[in-house]
Amino acid sequence: MDWVIEARSLTKTYVMGEIEVQALRDVSFDVTRGEVVAIMGPSGSGKSTMMNTLGCLDRPTSGEYILDGESVAQMNDDQLASVRNRKIGFVFQSFNLLSRLTALGNVELPLRYAGLTQGRRERAQKALEAVGLADRMTHRPYELSGGQQQRVAVARALVNNPAIIMADEPTGNLDSKVGKEIMNLLLSLNKELGTTLVIVTHDQKIAEQAQRIIRLKDGELDVIEKGNGGSA
Amino acid sequence: MSFTQAIIEALESLNGNKMRSGLTVLGIVIGVAAVIAMLAVGNGAQASITGSISSIGTNLLFVFSGSPNQEGPPGSGGRSGNNERPLTLGDANALLDQFAAPSVEMVAPAIQGNGLLNFSSEKTNTSISGVTPEYYQVRNLELAEGEFINQEHILGRMSVTVLGPETAIALFGHADGVVGETIRIEGQPFRIIGVLVARGGGAFGSEDNAAYIPFTTAQARLIKRGSRDQVDVIFVQATTAEAVPSAVEEVSSIIRQRHRTPVGLDDFTVFTQQDFLSIFSQITGVLTIFLGGIAGISLLVGGIGIMNIMLVSVTERTKEIGLRKALGARKRDILLQFLTESSLLSLIGGIIGIIFGWVIARIVEQVATATGNNFIPIVGWDAVLLSTGFSAAIGLFFGIYPASRAANLEPVEALRYE
Repeated sequence: MDWVIEARSLTKTYVMGEIEVQALRDVSFDVTRGEVVAIMGPSGSGKSTMMNTLGCLDRPTSGEYILDGESVAQMNDDQLASVRNRKIGFVFQSFNLLSRLTALGNVELPLRYAGLTQGRRERAQKALEAVGLADRMTHRPYELSGGQQQRVAVARALVNNPAIIMADEPTGNLDSKVGKEIMNLLLSLNKELGTTLVIVTHDQKIAEQAQRIIRLKDGELDVIEKGNGGSA
Repeated sequence: MSFTQAIIEALESLNGNKMRSGLTVLGIVIGVAAVIAMLAVGNGAQASITGSISSIGTNLLFVFSGSPNQEGPPGSGGRSGNNERPLTLGDANALLDQFAAPSVEMVAPAIQGNGLLNFSSEKTNTSISGVTPEYYQVRNLELAEGEFINQEHILGRMSVTVLGPETAIALFGHADGVVGETIRIEGQPFRIIGVLVARGGGAFGSEDNAAYIPFTTAQARLIKRGSRDQVDVIFVQATTAEAVPSAVEEVSSIIRQRHRTPVGLDDFTVFTQQDFLSIFSQITGVLTIFLGGIAGISLLVGGIGIMNIMLVSVTERTKEIGLRKALGARKRDILLQFLTESSLLSLIGGIIGIIFGWVIARIVEQVATATGNNFIPIVGWDAVLLSTGFSAAIGLFFGIYPASRAANLEPVEALRYE
């Protein structure tokens, strides 16, 4: 199989004062390329920690994590930054766009940190066209609706052609109709581009659109269910 | 990220908070402007003083009575004040010995005091010098009209006077056409025989504000001294500027011999124009450093202002920093971003400050000119480079702490920040 995520015995321990909190305990699973996976669990289940670890924002205390063929568990901060830049696109619940920049400027940001000096504008334009915002490129975030802002965020996530898109409650700040649109956008991009999609959510309806649902409970892997999404 | 990119982004960010950026820049502007203006005033003072000393003539020596290194009150220690002999006309004449003092060109003894001058109801207080005809050449004077004191005036102890232009203006309202008028000095009538050309403020009070009378007249009627032939100062002109050091030696040994003082215990002092120059440049140098130092403190305060604002900005933009890190920004990208912002703030402040400081210097010049002082503050390239470099360094230095705080934020923590 072509694994894009290989997680082996991931464990994350936080030390808060004198108490050790085990946010993740010995979690192992794989994700194949092009798959849509949902990570679910009640609050405190280690969902966010899982998301941070898979997104290379944080290192596991122990365990092995191979992302698109690169072992990232032991990398230093700058190496992680580079992996995030090349292999991961983030979509956050609260959009996280920079208000000073236009839609185009926001989408260009990952390209800037990739060290690209030429062709940035064109690639950012293409990404915005792909999410259906060809006519909103020079708008600033406050001139856009919530759904449009999230579309900009999706364009920003895919502009670097990442191996996976990590979506953290992507519809959490949107009403159900717009939320559905964003989900459809993410799923259609997954189909067209073959980008692996990992969605962290507590919304059963969203999760069911994935091919597999990974359920966490008390930091441990509870169960992996099959969702209603098409086969990988 | 390229450097120009970083600058563009920093400008965007600073532009996004105009009020705050402006106030931060203002701190640096005031600091740099103060440094520039203060150094300009200091340099101007130095130039003005050294210039006026130079105008005295480069081959001039001054001989005063009194030891150059008097320690303690007279009578204390091994040397008694009573043993100190005043300078006399005899001393002055002895300096003219061609063989003992080949480096001496001309000698002009003088006695000096202050007195009240009046012409009808106009009064002015001024310095009065009893001088010989040689004084004119030794001191490099120039007449606007009339003549200087000559030998005839000396021999006849005549009541004639040559006025500085300021003194003439104080009495008559103008400096021309006053030759032939009679004024009173300390109540005694004196006829004006000449008026000098204005020379500007001098190092020892203005030479323009003075009255010169024949030496013998002063001695007999106006300035009483202990003995009849006592003089206050002997001006000596060396043959050339290069001959000044040997002239000092010759003058010293002649007077030492006449006063019978052991070497090292002189009861007189020989000053050269170089001595005055170095003393005054020392004084104005200290003054310049002092002024610059005070101004530098305000620049430092401006720098702390930058640090303060950058810290606020880092805290405020924690989430932005987290996002940038999530998108692939490395530590040095974030560091560069914030350092660029703080350096730009101080650089902009520095540039505006230089312009501002220059304007202040010009205003000081205008005020000085308006009040009749010939004083030009000098904005030197050294001051400009110094304060530009200093303000950029301040931006970097005070930017490092906030920037490294931003760069070391954990992406997870930063993203969670509200």
